[in-house]
Amino acid sequence: MSSQVHGTQHFDKAKRATLKFSDEAMQTAQTIISHYPEGKQKSALLPILHIAQAEFGGWLSPEAMDYVADILKIKPIEVFEVASFYTMYNLKPMGKCVLEVCQTSSCWLNGAEDIVKYIEKKLDIKVGETTKDGMFSLKVAECLGSCGTAPMLQCGASYHENLTYEKVDKIIGDYKQAGKLRSYTDLDYKNTL
Amino acid sequence: MGKKLLIHNDKVHGIETLEIYRRHGGYASVEKALKTMTPDQVTDEVKKSGLRGRGGAGFPTGLKWSFLAKPEGVPRYLVCNADESEPGTFKDRYLMEKIPHALIEGMITSSYALGAKASYIYIRGEYFYVARIVEKAIAEAYAAGLLGQNILGTNFSHDCYVQVGGGAYICGEETALLESLEGKRGNPRIKPPFPAVAGLWGCPTVVNNVETIAAVVPIVNDGGEAYAKIGIGKSTGTKLISASGHINKPGVYEIELGVPVEEFIYSEEYCGGIRNGKKMKAVVAGGSSVPILPTELILKTANGEPRLMTYESLSDGGFATGTMLGSGGFIVMDEDTSIVKNLFTFTRFYHHESCGQCSPCREGTGWMEKILKKFLNGTANESDVDLLWDIQSKIEGKTICPLGEAAAWPVAAAIRHFKQEFLDVARSKKFVDVSHYNRLYNVNA
Repeated sequence: MSSQVHGTQHFDKAKRATLKFSDEAMQTAQTIISHYPEGKQKSALLPILHIAQAEFGGWLSPEAMDYVADILKIKPIEVFEVASFYTMYNLKPMGKCVLEVCQTSSCWLNGAEDIVKYIEKKLDIKVGETTKDGMFSLKVAECLGSCGTAPMLQCGASYHENLTYEKVDKIIGDYKQAGKLRSYTDLDYKNTL
Repeated sequence: MGKKLLIHNDKVHGIETLEIYRRHGGYASVEKALKTMTPDQVTDEVKKSGLRGRGGAGFPTGLKWSFLAKPEGVPRYLVCNADESEPGTFKDRYLMEKIPHALIEGMITSSYALGAKASYIYIRGEYFYVARIVEKAIAEAYAAGLLGQNILGTNFSHDCYVQVGGGAYICGEETALLESLEGKRGNPRIKPPFPAVAGLWGCPTVVNNVETIAAVVPIVNDGGEAYAKIGIGKSTGTKLISASGHINKPGVYEIELGVPVEEFIYSEEYCGGIRNGKKMKAVVAGGSSVPILPTELILKTANGEPRLMTYESLSDGGFATGTMLGSGGFIVMDEDTSIVKNLFTFTRFYHHESCGQCSPCREGTGWMEKILKKFLNGTANESDVDLLWDIQSKIEGKTICPLGEAAAWPVAAAIRHFKQEFLDVARSKKFVDVSHYNRLYNVNA
């Protein structure tokens, strides 16, 4: 069934069989499910997709979506239609650190385009691309609610605000040195670097 | 110094913790409401206060509450809209990050008034770290008996949960938010039925903005009449304004409604004037979807009266010469700003955020973005200005939810007030963008 609903993407049954949340992630998922009335467990889909993305390498493969469908006892297509609707879910592999630069009005007024160009040059990639070493992906984002501290970029759970070229240098240097996957669900949002 | 009711304690060290929050009078409204008032009395105070929804629409909160259906044996829900995504708006983030208990206190007191056994705070996914802060505060409230069974020894029991979204502006529309909360795509529902009758999982539901819910706390503490005394006319109380753009002091300000716009922009207490000694060109006063106004119309109404920060004064003159208070997302642009380019960023935004349900919005936002792109490429013709006007006029009023209007209004207003600039760009066949980091980022770096 699942192999049909994800369109042209290949569905790997062997890979699907190996997918499993860590105990901690599963516990968090079950807690989230318990927040909703009996029979309304589908409501937990968005938060659990965030967990799945963090658990399975920063993106949602067809196999990962199938796994989430099983946890919530819903059809895989119900997962796919949500995962494909919301911006924060990646449907293809990304770099470990996804740099999302806000480009809407206030950020643009404060030079966001130059920040994007600067990162493109520094990492030698264009918006939408990933560095060869798989460390960084660059995205542009629509208003992230940081207009008073523009320009800004988000990486995982962390907001980096009032950006300057120097700050961008430091952010990229520090992320590279740490070499870790950055997820929205990271707990250490304040001391990510 | 104006009166502050919501973020007066934002600089207090440790105010995000329950202990310090309570030491500064926190949770008094829960004590007062649960122990000395009936739910209807709480609703009456909110009605008397004249509080209007702070998310953007400005609908009277007490009235919204009174529409809530109360059929026997059916659960009711309070849902907090913390999906703050309107470009230019970041006040809810500030409130939740700095004083999370102010929201939770409001959630408990409001839920008591509505008879809601459970409530959900739907926070936009990008604010994941804010959700952590709110969750931590909720855990503290449970541990102190302020949430859960028999709160403060009364018969009232309540559970409050946080849900994070997945990154979609449309989920700030209340029925799209409910769809998202149910684990679906954020497609707005056709109304009626309104959420007050059939909301979350088909049950009667009230959806209120973060700031609205936090405002219930001072209303219950001091009484609705005291709250109504602040402000002017039907614009009662205080409002959080998110100020950004080319000003010296961007940030979140709590104002008494009624402060003159000129004072808000130029006084040291608020925005501190325009950066780098530049002149002001235009202001978007209430988030990206409200009409942009040129300097002369934002400072004074068409009748020459000083424009005030109230719902009524900002909308004086209708869309011909006025705007809206909206969400309070106040974006200031200096004399060097290209209105064409700024409009492009707005239109790109709405195109990206259209849910795709209604053709006028799905297709129209894309067409407008493409046409504006022509202006930036130097390939636009003068007739493209009329084409833009035509498209926006055919989106407005023809969609299920107000995203259609939100996308159309900024285009209409930019052309209404800055048509010459569009024509000039079209005629010159080239676009010069001077809004660059090097120019802008030399002051506060």
